[in-house]
Amino acid sequence: MIINHPLLGPCDAQEFTYLGDARLIERPDGMADGAAAAFFDYAYLRENPAGEHRELWFHEQGDRSWLVVTRNTLTHDIISVELARDVARRQGRSA
Amino acid sequence: MHDLTPLTALGSGAPQTDTIGPVTISENPDSALVSVAARLGQEAACARVLAAILGVPAPDVAQFVQGATLGAFWTAQHCWMVDGPDDPQAGLSARLKAELGDMASVTDQSVGWVRFDLQGDGLGVLFERLCNLDMARMPTGSARRSVIEHLGCFVLHRDGGYTVYGPRSSAQSLHHALVTAARSVF
Amino acid sequence: MNRLSTGGQIDRAKTFRFTFDGVPYDGHPGDTLASALLANGVRLMGRSFKYHRPRGVLTAGSEEPNALVQLRNGGRQEPNTRATTAELFNGLTAVSQNAWPSLKFDALAINDRLSNFLTAGFYYKTFMWPAAFWEKLYEPIIRRAAGLGSITTEPDPDSYDKGFLHCDLLIIGAGPAGLAAALTAGRAGARVILADEDFRMGGRLNAETHALGEQSGADWAAAIVAELASMPNIRLLTRTTILGAFDHGIYGAVERVADHLPEPAPGKPRQILWRIYSKAAVLCAGAIERPIAFANNDRPGIMMAGALRTYVNRWAVTPAQTVAVFTNNDDGHRTARDLLARGLDVAAIIDTRADAPACDGAQVMAGAQVIDSAGRLGLKSVTVRQADGREHQLKLGALGMSGGWNPNVALSSHQRGRPQWNDEIAAFLPGADLPQGMQVAGAAAGRFSTQAALASGADAAMQVLSDMGKTGHAPDLPMAEDGKTRITPFWHVGGTKARAWLDFQNDVTVKDVTLAHQEGFRSVEHLKRYTTLGMATDQGKTANMGGLAVMAELTGQSIAQTGTTMFRPPYTPVAMGALAGRSVGRDFRPFRLTPSHKWAVEQGATFVEVGMWLRAQWFPQPGESDWRQSVDREVRATRSSVGVCDVTTLGKIDVQGRDAAAFLNRIYCNGFAKLAVGRVRYGLMLREDGIAMDDGTAARLADDHFVVTTTTANAVAVFRHMEFARQCLWPDMDVQLISTTEAWAQFAVAGPNSRALLQKIVDPEFDLSNDGFPFMACGEITVCGGCPARLFRISFSGELAFEIAVPTRYGDALIRRLMAAGHEFGVTPYGTEALGVMRIEKGHAAGNELNGQTTALNLGMGRMVSDKKDSIGAVLSRREGLQDEKGLRLVGFMPRNPQDRVIAGAHLLETGAELRAANDLGYVTSACYSPTLNSYIAIGFLKAGDARLGDVLRAASPLTGHDTEVTVVSPHFIDPEGERLRA
Repeated sequence: MIINHPLLGPCDAQEFTYLGDARLIERPDGMADGAAAAFFDYAYLRENPAGEHRELWFHEQGDRSWLVVTRNTLTHDIISVELARDVARRQGRSA
Repeated sequence: MHDLTPLTALGSGAPQTDTIGPVTISENPDSALVSVAARLGQEAACARVLAAILGVPAPDVAQFVQGATLGAFWTAQHCWMVDGPDDPQAGLSARLKAELGDMASVTDQSVGWVRFDLQGDGLGVLFERLCNLDMARMPTGSARRSVIEHLGCFVLHRDGGYTVYGPRSSAQSLHHALVTAARSVF
Repeated sequence: MNRLSTGGQIDRAKTFRFTFDGVPYDGHPGDTLASALLANGVRLMGRSFKYHRPRGVLTAGSEEPNALVQLRNGGRQEPNTRATTAELFNGLTAVSQNAWPSLKFDALAINDRLSNFLTAGFYYKTFMWPAAFWEKLYEPIIRRAAGLGSITTEPDPDSYDKGFLHCDLLIIGAGPAGLAAALTAGRAGARVILADEDFRMGGRLNAETHALGEQSGADWAAAIVAELASMPNIRLLTRTTILGAFDHGIYGAVERVADHLPEPAPGKPRQILWRIYSKAAVLCAGAIERPIAFANNDRPGIMMAGALRTYVNRWAVTPAQTVAVFTNNDDGHRTARDLLARGLDVAAIIDTRADAPACDGAQVMAGAQVIDSAGRLGLKSVTVRQADGREHQLKLGALGMSGGWNPNVALSSHQRGRPQWNDEIAAFLPGADLPQGMQVAGAAAGRFSTQAALASGADAAMQVLSDMGKTGHAPDLPMAEDGKTRITPFWHVGGTKARAWLDFQNDVTVKDVTLAHQEGFRSVEHLKRYTTLGMATDQGKTANMGGLAVMAELTGQSIAQTGTTMFRPPYTPVAMGALAGRSVGRDFRPFRLTPSHKWAVEQGATFVEVGMWLRAQWFPQPGESDWRQSVDREVRATRSSVGVCDVTTLGKIDVQGRDAAAFLNRIYCNGFAKLAVGRVRYGLMLREDGIAMDDGTAARLADDHFVVTTTTANAVAVFRHMEFARQCLWPDMDVQLISTTEAWAQFAVAGPNSRALLQKIVDPEFDLSNDGFPFMACGEITVCGGCPARLFRISFSGELAFEIAVPTRYGDALIRRLMAAGHEFGVTPYGTEALGVMRIEKGHAAGNELNGQTTALNLGMGRMVSDKKDSIGAVLSRREGLQDEKGLRLVGFMPRNPQDRVIAGAHLLETGAELRAANDLGYVTSACYSPTLNSYIAIGFLKAGDARLGDVLRAASPLTGHDTEVTVVSPHFIDPEGERLRA
């Protein structure tokens, strides 16, 4: 597969390491009330769609950026690629 | 001055040079290499100071620039590697640290990597056997990280040749790949 | 001689000598092994897979199912090579396969007589019982009988290479469509790769007689290839098979660089496996002719009609002087005409169509069928049933079959594209769901006439240019034949009990398909697997269509309703060597050497692979015959004086930034925010599910600067994990990471004399006293008169110990200096075994304990998990299920008899309990002989282990047979109070 890296352009998927569902960005606050239930969902509950899926890929053999890749799991079409850091910030994560 | 004798990455006292057909592959143990990663919020300032040190603007994505004495290449967003002769007084990393202050995290990488300089005609054909970079789309001043022989390497297109930086502990494996591929091509 | 006196694209001025089954023959440059054998009158080239039927060549290309031979010998022996694609060279040696004692008399031809028992599914039915017979009796017999060629057991003396190519347009196949596409795209300046599996580009143009404009097809092709070769933006890859179409325009290809030479030039590869990145591709793979099934249609001399004229036109070779053609379409007549033009005797054109056209110079038998053939080792005659029912025997030496042409759709279905049935050409066409960026042109798209092929190739290239935003001009294409395809589908001759072959390579006949139907295996996928139709190395290129058609007939469905199976990569078989490339022998994968490697080699060290690293395992001394002697000595010497070990392989990550401390505080389950500058702390990293991930130390070199160590095995994973946390979880933390594993040569200096030794190395301004540099101190220092270094007072061995790091290039010099300076203390280098023994004696966890199933609590570090802060894994580590008071705890074990060995992997049971899972109390993770305690010792996980100190248990390993009574003890066998390391 070819992943169109937002900075580097088309890159072979061989250069990347796959992690999984991009929901892993949405890590709950460990000190908040109800953290145990929230972390249970976070760690174990995943959608497994046949179709579009937002997933995390690490450009391990490239610029070491984590990417959010929206990919169709049936056709392998890649719909969008973003820097995970930008996605995380947009989702309100900071420090 | 201390009295420890250095070894090159290939494990001998003197660097190794191989000439195969039109291509020369030279181990270059004398160059310093220092990583510079801008601190959060200091990206623009860091790039400015780096430009002042280099004498040319800091390289953009996938670029390599060569200043009067020092060169630099992009490694990641707001991260660069600076290469060039080591500073005889303080060492290059200490000098960069001093000039960049709290604008950047500076780490000496000089001996973490083995550097091979490749010169001669037909290097594009050689790289076809080594990595998936499209050399026809890598003009002078390009720098990319890629995989050679399963090893993460930086490939720089300099004026008049290429430089490959690879992990130092695997210098022999990388050297074997370069030399075998060259013999296969030429 | 069956070589025609003139013509053919061979160099008659030069002669190549070659042998087949030991018999010498002559051929010419330009020949294939098949054409050269036919020229020498050799029709019999092999024996079939199952029935050992005599077989000759069926085709003239890579779709060949029959003529598989073993090429070369010694380490270069290569089985299952298609004689039709093996390019002749001087000195080539080939032998037939699957025949014993000889090709002409094959003992296992008895299988042919037993064919009634060897029908579809016979394996499943026959070799059912008794089960024990399968491995010992049936399988060896079947393997011997149904073998293809045999592989050599010698190492391959040749090298193989891999590489990467990039292009705007990949053109697969250099026939008329491919050449027209390349010309169009090449002239417009696009980067083009034109690949063809043949050694001569031109495809069918080299095999046909009709003209393109004023030129012969072959001459036109040669002229175009010459023009293409002059364009710098075009890369011509002959002898190159595109083996697979993968995602997003990536193609795999094998270039046979030196297969046509006796042996490759020194240093040069035999083959290159290319990975091709393309923006667009045009599949111009042509079409493959299909046979007609009739009784005994597999005799040597019966071949595809198109192949017959290819041999005549391209190689000036005929398998026999008297031939006939059996066809259901007009293309069969073309073969007859070409053969007549070369003066051959065409006994008849047997055309299944009642309205068959006439042919000058040959008798056309319209509405007739070939119902049988004769000739044991080669065709002698065929029996024809005429339209009026009369039977007639024709004496001849070769028969061309033409059941029509199948567009070569293989690569179009590599991404699950489903071929679509087309009634007009009575064949499957590539479906609409093509691999991304692929178009299909020429005969592969059902454009069978030369004119249509040329035009469709140019059109496809124009489309690609327009998609790229480039302007192209359709080239002036020559006038060429533009005949219509006239075909009346006809698949097999019925009304016979004799076998009629569909799949020549796997010996599948019409009877087998009928049987599959009777037994309910009617879907195409079941048909394929039950009969093995199309499952041979040729993937049924000539076979599948006939099998589907017979099944359609039996079920009363149309072929479109019956459907078709799909092709998979590789298009043709690929040598393992090509897949391995340069990764063979010692260079199977890269290796990593430690800074002291050269020195360790000089010491005669024994090395062990740890991931990619080669580490010294122990350093044998004269007189030591057993590794235990070396390891015991190294441990004793270290504990009694001082030892040195290269620990460079531990991962080192430089963590900098204003938020570095806060970041590590979240990465590690224990606290790091308050670690003072100049101090080191042990840290335990959890996965988010609460399981221990890795451990190591973090040294604070400055307020905003830490150096973190990881275990050797997890260095990459930990770095990735930390980058994930930095970029995805806390994107606004000011923290920067970079690996410095390779940059520092690091040595553990351990033992009561370690300080004394280091004081001789470290420059005098640095205070190493216990007050000046206490346990868990760290600092940037200089050694040997100014060499920058880092010193950490940490201990894995449990002794007073330091780790000292210098820039990697000085690692070799430093180990030599340490050895020289330590001479007065009897300094001893130690390897990974002694390191392991000492850490077990000390009860330190390592990879065996951090095994992906254990928690901090299991490891006896439950209290390290801070609840005062949020850190990765902390919340889920507090889950009820992981907090079980009776859960596994790390404890130590001493055998009741010190010389009884305890085995890592042994399970723990109450003494007297039966060895079964229900009685399992835990397991031993690490075990060794402790020269310090003069006893075997072990550590492991025991249920409620912390409450069972002093109990006696069984440690039993059903795998090794060890069964030892052990006493549960503290895992800290040595210096449990830690007095030594604080000395």
